[in-house]
Amino acid sequence: MATGIKDKVAIIGMGCTKFGERWDADANALMVEAFNEAIADAGIDPKEIQAAWLATCFDEVNVGKSALSAAIALRLPNIAVTRVENFCASGTEAFRAAVYAVASGAYDIVLALGCEKLKDIGYGGLPEFSQAIGILNSLWFPNITAPGCFAMLAGGYCAKYGLKMEDVKRAMAHISVKSHANGALNPKAHLQRPVTEEQVLQSPMIAYPLGLFDCCGVSDGAACAIVCSVDVAKALKKKDFVTVKALQISVSNGEEMAFSNWDGAHVVNTEKAAMRAYQEAGIKNPREELSLLEVHDCFSITELVTMEDLHVSERGKAVNDVMDGFFDSNGKIPCQIDGGLKCFGHPIGASGLRMVYEIYLQLHGRADKRQLKDPRLGLTHNLGGFPMMNVVSVAIVGRYKQ
Amino acid sequence: MIGIVSYGGYIPLRRLSRMQVVQQMAWYNPLLYMLMAGDRSVANWDEDSVTMAVAASFDALHLVDTKSIDAVYAASTTFPFDDRQNAAIIAEALSLQDGVRTVDVSGSLKAGVTAIVAGLDAIESDSARKVLVASGERRYTRAASTLELLYGDGAAALVLGREHVIAEFLGSCAYHEDFIDHYRGAEKRFDYPWEERFIRDEGFGRIIPKAIKAYCEKYHTDISEFATVIYPCPFAREHATIAKKIKSAGVHTNLHEGVGDTGTAHPLVMLAHALDSAKPGDKIMVVGFGQGCEVVAFQVTDAIENIKRPKGITVSMARKKDIPYAKYLKFRDLIDADISIRAEAMPNTSLSALWRHRKMIHGFTGYLCKACGTPQFPPYPVCVNPACNRSGQMENYSFADKPGTVLMYTGDMLAASVDPPAIYGLVEFDGGGRTLLDFTDCELDNLKVGSRVAMSFRIRREDTTRGFTGYFWKAVPLME
Repeated sequence: MATGIKDKVAIIGMGCTKFGERWDADANALMVEAFNEAIADAGIDPKEIQAAWLATCFDEVNVGKSALSAAIALRLPNIAVTRVENFCASGTEAFRAAVYAVASGAYDIVLALGCEKLKDIGYGGLPEFSQAIGILNSLWFPNITAPGCFAMLAGGYCAKYGLKMEDVKRAMAHISVKSHANGALNPKAHLQRPVTEEQVLQSPMIAYPLGLFDCCGVSDGAACAIVCSVDVAKALKKKDFVTVKALQISVSNGEEMAFSNWDGAHVVNTEKAAMRAYQEAGIKNPREELSLLEVHDCFSITELVTMEDLHVSERGKAVNDVMDGFFDSNGKIPCQIDGGLKCFGHPIGASGLRMVYEIYLQLHGRADKRQLKDPRLGLTHNLGGFPMMNVVSVAIVGRYKQ
Repeated sequence: MIGIVSYGGYIPLRRLSRMQVVQQMAWYNPLLYMLMAGDRSVANWDEDSVTMAVAASFDALHLVDTKSIDAVYAASTTFPFDDRQNAAIIAEALSLQDGVRTVDVSGSLKAGVTAIVAGLDAIESDSARKVLVASGERRYTRAASTLELLYGDGAAALVLGREHVIAEFLGSCAYHEDFIDHYRGAEKRFDYPWEERFIRDEGFGRIIPKAIKAYCEKYHTDISEFATVIYPCPFAREHATIAKKIKSAGVHTNLHEGVGDTGTAHPLVMLAHALDSAKPGDKIMVVGFGQGCEVVAFQVTDAIENIKRPKGITVSMARKKDIPYAKYLKFRDLIDADISIRAEAMPNTSLSALWRHRKMIHGFTGYLCKACGTPQFPPYPVCVNPACNRSGQMENYSFADKPGTVLMYTGDMLAASVDPPAIYGLVEFDGGGRTLLDFTDCELDNLKVGSRVAMSFRIRREDTTRGFTGYFWKAVPLME
């Protein structure tokens, strides 16, 4: 009988680069930058790492296939290194593989590393991926982009709850303003300038109804975690460490896009992954028990809808919570306290680990100007793909024996 | 009795006002002043002779069981492929049966009428029960040329057969002469026309009356017997002069005013237009022109009163939207407009994958689960219905003829597109099933959740590096 992952694995070191348009750095340099911070944090020798997982998504065009890039960049001593990819959940997938590896007892100490070098392609937005959707899809799939697909969610959401687009747009603007305010306090964030609601609402249209400021940054960056079992953490004389409470992935089977039972107003897999994660972590009431959220705010509408799928906001009521400041830095459950994808940035393979990094800092009281008071339990959420077809990860981390 | 069983027509949505071209380009070519009246039709960027022929064929097949079609004769001088049969693409888009004979007829603007005659021959000789003749044309013309204003884009289709004939075949007559009013050499993009006086006086004005006379002599009939006489001639005055020469009061409009000359398809387009208002007993003569003439004649039967008329040319002519000249130039690649680096990626098309999935891609065929009755696209072996999920229970199910409702949509400025914003959305089909589709012939402002759409066979991607045109189906908003 499966017992879940709760309190079996400790995070003993983490690192994260400055995210942004890192014209100065290639993927190798980014990996080393994040890794050195994590090694120093863990207080171990790099040779103590027994296995590693690398997450990159589009970096087939940058570092190439396989995990060789990480093994070579970090000069890992011929250990097992594996590349994982699952759209925007890639970083959390690397984390999951590492966590499961030490939980199984196969290894003592392992590394999860996510890295993405996106800004070497010559144009804005994510790399064109019509060649990466599979040979059959490449014969018929519509001419979609990420903003376009998430833009559709806004219309579907308005239609479902009979809301006016202008009211939802205002809540979306509030989400972006909040994340910019948070990002301004984070020296590692890609975007560190506060913006006003008017600026957001008047930004140029990218995909109706999403304007430029409804979209997250496309960034370069790397983040990593060093994990071990709780017993090994204790043996290493670690105190007050952070453990994994839940780790869940949920993947579409094509139903939303091809079967007539999805309302187009939420993301099925977010709800499924979150419910499984709450059960794994023993959370009964997420609205009361969670201290902070790091969700996949690739677009402002995604964050809004995610609050409902996480059962933090009631269906159709996320607009009210957002406008009430429930998710602001001084609200009941701060969301994207580090700036989120919106402002910290979104180097795809690194994003899941970046979220864990922020919660890790917050739990250790090391989040500087954006430190929250006594956080106990944080949730991360990644949504890879599109509202109608996606890969969702939810992780919950907290203090050991909270 | 053999003859026409059904017909259809298709004029693309866009119209280029000739006055607009005159205003912008007459400084360069003052001859354009002579042609400033009316509009010409313009194919959307994702339409070509094949897609328009498919649209016209769909219109013509609305009354006909597609399983009874034994042959497809496709006619055009602007087929997208020199070697890969274009009629075969049309047959697959229409989901015709596997045993259908497919024929491309090309090489001259009279080829459309030649295809009709060839189709009638096949029926007369009992080698086919029903024949679909489909002709579409989308010709490139140089900017600011008179041809730019004379030509139009469009298509028409006829179903020929023995039963339920609405226009009986009376006879045909061929006349051959290598008269070169214009030509287009192999691999050339534009027509090379000779002097207009030569074309008018020695070409249209002499050859068409000669062919009509030959027909009348062959069948011992007189032109006055014909209620409608159809021949192409884009020059308005010469078109009228020929009417006087042949002494006919029934000469049908050349559609210059609202469409322009649709080349190979034009005699069929005019015939479809004439049939929209034809009455039982009317005799109709149709002349194709190019290196001589091909003449064919019909007599409308009482059956025409009993059929539900297709949309035909009349309806699609009325459905129109102006296109700015600059946009037209971009659609036809007549200006070297900037493209984003994003648009540079152009992998080849897997021909083996396309072949394997040809019914899905060209025919928009999905599956219907026999176990639970769920229509689904794309067609995968395991049923998408979570209450079913059985495998191996699938039969083919067409979405091409199913209207649908928009569930969600967007207009995307980031996606590389010839006509931004790229509009796409999730469509729920009447009768069940849903999928994500590109939209076309569509304005973002006119779209809403709940809008009604129909499916249209369109160019999905043009691989100019390798000369491959890829097709799939798109959603077109229904006019309210």
